[in-house]
Amino acid sequence: MSKTTLFDKIWDSHVVQEIEGGPSVLYIDRHLVHEVTSPQAFAGLDKRGIKVARPKQTFATPDHNVPTKDQHLTIKDELSRSQVETLTRNCNNHGVNLFGLGHPWQGVVHVVGPELGITLPGSTMVCGDSHTSTHGAFGAVAFGVGTSEVEMVLSTQCIMQPKPKKMLIEVNGTLSKGVTAKDIALYIISKITTAGGTGHFIEYAGSAITSLTMEGRMTLCNLSIESGARGGLIAPDETTFNYVKGREFAPKGEAWDKALAYWKTLKTDEGAEFDLVYKYDAADITPMITYGTNPGMGMKINDTIPTGEGLSDNNKNTFLKALKYMDIEPGSKMIGRRVDYVFLGSCTNGRIEDFRAFAAFVKGKKKADNVIAWLVPGSKQVEKQCIEEGIDKALVEAGFELRQPGCSACLAMNDDKVPEGKYAVATSNRNFEGRQGPGSRTFLASPLTAAAAAITGVITDPRDLM
Amino acid sequence: MAIDKFTTLESPAIPLPIENVDTDQIIPARFLKATTRDGFGDNLFRDWRYDKTNNKIESFILNNPNYSGKILVGGRNFGSGSSREHAAWAIYDFGFKVVVSSFFADIFKNNALNNGLLPVQVSEDFLAKIFAAIEKDNKTNLKVDLENQTITLLATGDSEKFDINPYKKTCLTNGYDDIDFLLSIKDKIEAFEQAR
Ligand code: SF4
Repeated sequence: MSKTTLFDKIWDSHVVQEIEGGPSVLYIDRHLVHEVTSPQAFAGLDKRGIKVARPKQTFATPDHNVPTKDQHLTIKDELSRSQVETLTRNCNNHGVNLFGLGHPWQGVVHVVGPELGITLPGSTMVCGDSHTSTHGAFGAVAFGVGTSEVEMVLSTQCIMQPKPKKMLIEVNGTLSKGVTAKDIALYIISKITTAGGTGHFIEYAGSAITSLTMEGRMTLCNLSIESGARGGLIAPDETTFNYVKGREFAPKGEAWDKALAYWKTLKTDEGAEFDLVYKYDAADITPMITYGTNPGMGMKINDTIPTGEGLSDNNKNTFLKALKYMDIEPGSKMIGRRVDYVFLGSCTNGRIEDFRAFAAFVKGKKKADNVIAWLVPGSKQVEKQCIEEGIDKALVEAGFELRQPGCSACLAMNDDKVPEGKYAVATSNRNFEGRQGPGSRTFLASPLTAAAAAITGVITDPRDLM
Repeated sequence: MAIDKFTTLESPAIPLPIENVDTDQIIPARFLKATTRDGFGDNLFRDWRYDKTNNKIESFILNNPNYSGKILVGGRNFGSGSSREHAAWAIYDFGFKVVVSSFFADIFKNNALNNGLLPVQVSEDFLAKIFAAIEKDNKTNLKVDLENQTITLLATGDSEKFDINPYKKTCLTNGYDDIDFLLSIKDKIEAFEQAR
């Protein structure tokens, strides 16, 4: 038998039909839906006069647009409210599972999926959001799609997709203190660039990866898309199984035993071939931070910002344009730079572990006066856990407050916008021009680095305060 | 629903020689609140086209009356970032039928094709030639021939082949869409579910 990768195994077992010279018809096990990329898709179904094909396999929650304060009140922004209401109406019309505002399971789609056991090893999963790659942490083939594709899946539970190539990224060794999954991801993207993964699906492996918690694995897989890859996955193991077991939508009883036996077979065969392979040493990774306007413009926090020396003319122009937007001198330092906002949250770093890490870091310290901090749990369940564990109190003592769940300042569709010209350290995933509000300037970093900046008011190596 | 058919197009092009043009630039998130597909062209490249008081930024290419056309030519890694199909809608709604770059982000490419917007991937060399030709003469025409999968700089006769998945090509030339096809194999999908 030929040797295949984990990705091949999952993908191939979901192909309904191959099209001559075309994409595969791929069966989708679970479909996540949110308010921004779905209305036009539901409208398409209504126009055709058809219903959602498999409503039980479809799960919806509003997240992109929702306020992170006073969620019990009507949403003030008329267009946002209309999108959220449209989602509710569509889900009711089509019998789709909906965790609406105020529901104990509401939250950012990619935080909700895993914590409810919707995300399972060996499955295929899509959502009209590029960070669907998050779910690869469970050994699933999960990727983001556009609205036309959302419509395909709603109408037929299938999607037409060309099969991506395969890339292996191995990170071996032990991470040092203060270095997190976020740093691994920013490190990798700084090496392979934001286009390095295009056309590929990544498998992450190696001892530094398998020693990550599920939360850490999700952070890493989440950022796969920032290297241009369709997605990234990690072979499921005991860590995965322990996380999934007992969750709301996970299989139970006999079905669990059967699923588990299958999941245990899910790994890349020894000697299977990848189109591209990268290997890194965990010991070389330190806390990372971005300085430019794409996630590939990242560096070790103590390094000096590159000068653009040696780049081709076109690349150099793009590079200088980015630094001009950021108002940063090429060749200068990140350490000590002023910070105005700190954002802890998003599907990258809005999970309970991130809040624990942030809270433990700021305990006994005080928030810097010049910093406005938005701490936004990824979901209602994360919020609840924060309260149960007393994390909310610890945060208040240090001068912070917990907001209500949603995407928030990750894409600034709601009121959480970083003002023009201001600098934010964000645990989210994109530092594009204006991503956090028109004219905003974003430094991407881990929850620890964000906490360090929130305490000192300037970019700080978190290891100095640990 | 059916997409517009595409066969050939001859048009001047608008150059945007910037790399990594991400979908947040193409259509910023605050304009994603609509529940229909229409009107996104108004906000295409919003923050590059208009300043914060909504005045046109004259130096931006789309505001330059000397440039027009149905072909947008971008730098490497065009369409990276968010999966928002609104980016493809905005470009199409503005009046473009073709986007040329030396490299496209995957999701953007799929989204474009699903909306009748043709992404034409050319070599770095050819891209540089296009930019140079437009710089010399802003009215210079490009010809995109989907049947023969060629893109030609009419002024110089320089031409290059481009790739497109044969299935997608059929869809574009005939205006078919994937959902019609998927609905037509419903039985197969059910049989697949039964067999699992
Ligand atoms: S948190 Fe950010 S990246 Fe994640 S789903 Fe929301 S908007 Fe997308």
